[in-house]
Amino acid sequence: MDARVTNAVNYPAIGQGRGVTEPHWDKTVDVSIENVVRVFGSTAALHGVSLDIAAGELVALLGPSGSGKTTLLRILAGLDEPTSGRVLFDGEDALKLTVQERNVGLVFQNYALFRHMTVLENIGFGLRVRPWSRRPSRKEIKHRALELLDLVQLSGLEKRFPSQLSGGQRQRVAFARALAIEPRVLLLDEPFGALDAKVRRDLRRWLLEMHNKTGHTTVFVTHDQEEALELADRIVVMSEGRIEQIGTPDEIYDRPNSPFVYSFIGESSMLPVRIEKGKAWIDGHSLDLSVDDLVSGPAQLFFRPHDVEVGDDLAGAIPATVQGVRRHGGARRLDLAVVGRDDRVEIELPADFGVEISGPIAVRPRRYRVFPAPAQALSN
Amino acid sequence: MSDAAIAPLLVSETRGPAVTTERLPVRIILITVGVTFLILFLLLPLAAVFVEAFRAGLGAYVAAITEPDAVAAIKLTLLVAAIAVPANVIFGLAASWAIAKFDFVGKSMLNTLIDLPFSVAPVISGVIYVLLFGLQGIFGHWLQGHHVQIIFALPGIVLATIFVTFPFVARELVPLMQEQGTLDEEAALSLGASGWQTFFKVTLPNIRWALLYGVVLCNARAMGEFGAVSVVSGHIRGKTNTMPLHVEILYNEYNFAAAFAVASLLALLALITLVIKITLEWRYADQIAASRRH
Repeated sequence: MDARVTNAVNYPAIGQGRGVTEPHWDKTVDVSIENVVRVFGSTAALHGVSLDIAAGELVALLGPSGSGKTTLLRILAGLDEPTSGRVLFDGEDALKLTVQERNVGLVFQNYALFRHMTVLENIGFGLRVRPWSRRPSRKEIKHRALELLDLVQLSGLEKRFPSQLSGGQRQRVAFARALAIEPRVLLLDEPFGALDAKVRRDLRRWLLEMHNKTGHTTVFVTHDQEEALELADRIVVMSEGRIEQIGTPDEIYDRPNSPFVYSFIGESSMLPVRIEKGKAWIDGHSLDLSVDDLVSGPAQLFFRPHDVEVGDDLAGAIPATVQGVRRHGGARRLDLAVVGRDDRVEIELPADFGVEISGPIAVRPRRYRVFPAPAQALSN
Repeated sequence: MSDAAIAPLLVSETRGPAVTTERLPVRIILITVGVTFLILFLLLPLAAVFVEAFRAGLGAYVAAITEPDAVAAIKLTLLVAAIAVPANVIFGLAASWAIAKFDFVGKSMLNTLIDLPFSVAPVISGVIYVLLFGLQGIFGHWLQGHHVQIIFALPGIVLATIFVTFPFVARELVPLMQEQGTLDEEAALSLGASGWQTFFKVTLPNIRWALLYGVVLCNARAMGEFGAVSVVSGHIRGKTNTMPLHVEILYNEYNFAAAFAVASLLALLALITLVIKITLEWRYADQIAASRRH
C-alpha cells in the first residue's frame, strides 16, 4: 500500500457540540461487503458481490452502465438495501444504520447542491441539521465551513449561489459539503461525469491531493477507465452485477483475467485460435504461446495492440498481411489480415517502422492471455 | 419566384427580422382582431363592473359592501378559501410528492384523476355532494341522525370548493418535482437530515415559487367559484351565501348597483391575482412548472 494512504484525517476535528460527547469519527473505516445480492423485481442488479476495502483506500468501481456499480454504491450509502448479504464498517453491521446514521459523504454526478443556499450554507448543512445536543454553535459551523472551503480551494466564493459557479467549482463545493460531516467513508458517484475533459483532468489531480490530505476511505463509481487507472489504489471491474476482477491499476491493465476486462480496459485485439496438443494453432501454424492447462478446443487469444513483436520470419508467430496503415498519435496502427483467415487484428508499431501495404508480416504478442472461447463462439 | 417573395429574405439577411415575420397589412389585421377581442370581451366588461358599481355614488357603494348580508358573504367567502386553500396545499404537496418521488401501482391513475375537476362541470361537483350528503343522499339519513349538516351549510360549501380547486396546486408541483427528482433529498438525508428537515429545508424551498403560484390560482378560483357552491349552498342570506352567490341574488332583485359593487370586489381580486401571477411568472419562470394550462 502506498504512502498516501493514512488513517489520520488532517483537518482539525470539530468541538464537542454543547458539552455533550458526540460520537465523532476522527478515523475513517474499512469496509467489508459480503455476498451482497440486490434484486429489482425479477432482475438481479448484483449477484453476490464480495469486496474488502482497507481504511484509507481509494477504490474505483469501474464498469459499463448496468454493471451494478451504482447499485453497490447506493447500498453502501444506505440509499438502497441489499436483498441479501452484509455490509460492515469496521466490522460493525452498517445495514442496521439508517442513511443518516451511517455518516457517509456522498458526492453525485450532478452535484445535488441546494440551489437556494449559498456555498457556505451548503457546506454547513450537514452540521446545521444535527440534533441540538450534537450541533456545533453557529460560529463554529461557519468557521468550519470556511475552513473546508479553503481546503477545496474556493475561498472567497462563500456568498455565491450554486448557479453562479462553474461545474468544477460546484463539484468541489459538493465535496466540501460531504467532508463537513466528518464522514467515515466517502462515496463518489461518477463525480466528474458532468464535466468537460479539461476540467475533469484537473479535478482528478485535485481529488488525489484531497485524498492525500484527508485520507478518507473512498469509493468512487466511474465508467471512465482512464479515471479509474489514474486515481485508484485498486480497481474493481464490474460487469452484469458481478465483479470481474479486483486489482491495482497495473494488475488490471497488464494482466486482465477475463475477455471482458481485456476488451473493457484499454485496447485489445482478439484472435480466435484452436488449442490442441497443448499448443495454440491458427490453421496449420502452431504459435509460440504458452497455453498452460487449457483444454483442447476453440479459444480466444487476447493481447494489447502495442504489446507485440514483429518480424519477417519470427518462429511461432501469426502470419499476416498488412491491409492498412494509419497514423495514431506517436505511433502507427496496422490492420492485419491473418493469412488464410477472415480474421483481422490491429497492432501498433513505432511511427518510424517501415511497412508496405499487402506485404507479409509475422506478429508475436509479447503479453497475452488465451481464454477458452465462450459458448456463443463454439457454435460458430 | 417573384421579387416580392425574395425581398423579405434579402432584408432578413441584413436587418434581421425573422423569416416568419408577416407583411405589414397582415400584421395590422391580426393585431386589430386580437386587440378588438380583448377590448370587447375583457376590458369593456371589467370597466363596466366598476362603472356600474359606482353609478349610484361612493356612498351607495360603501353601503352595498358594508350591509350585513354582504359582510356575511365576504366573511364566508374568506372562510371557505381559508379552509379550502390550505387543504389543497396539503393534498397537492402529498400527491405531487407521491407522484414525483415514488413508484407505486396506480400512479398514472392518480395523475389522471387529479385533472378530473377540470373536465367535470362545476354543477355536477355540487350535485355529487348533494347526492352523497343531502337528506335523500346515501349518507343523508345517518348524518341527520347524528345532527351533522353538510349540505346547505359551511361543510358542503367547503367540500364543493375543494373539489373544484384541487388540481391547481398539484398541477403546478407535479411536473416541477418530477423534473427535480430525488437527488437533493438523497444528498440531504446522507448529510444527516431527518425526513422533516429534508422536506422543510430542501424540498419546500425548491418548490416554493411554484407552490405560491398554485396557491394564488387556487385561491382565485376558490373565492370565485359559483356553480358547485350554488348547488350545495341553499342561498340562505347572511348564512350560506358566498360573494358570487350574493352578487347573483342582488342582481336577480334588480339591485344592480349593489350587485356590481360586490362584483367589483371579486374583479379586484382577479386583478390582484393577475398581477401576482405575472410577477411570479416573470421573476421565477424557471422555478414554476413549464406546463402552463390555465
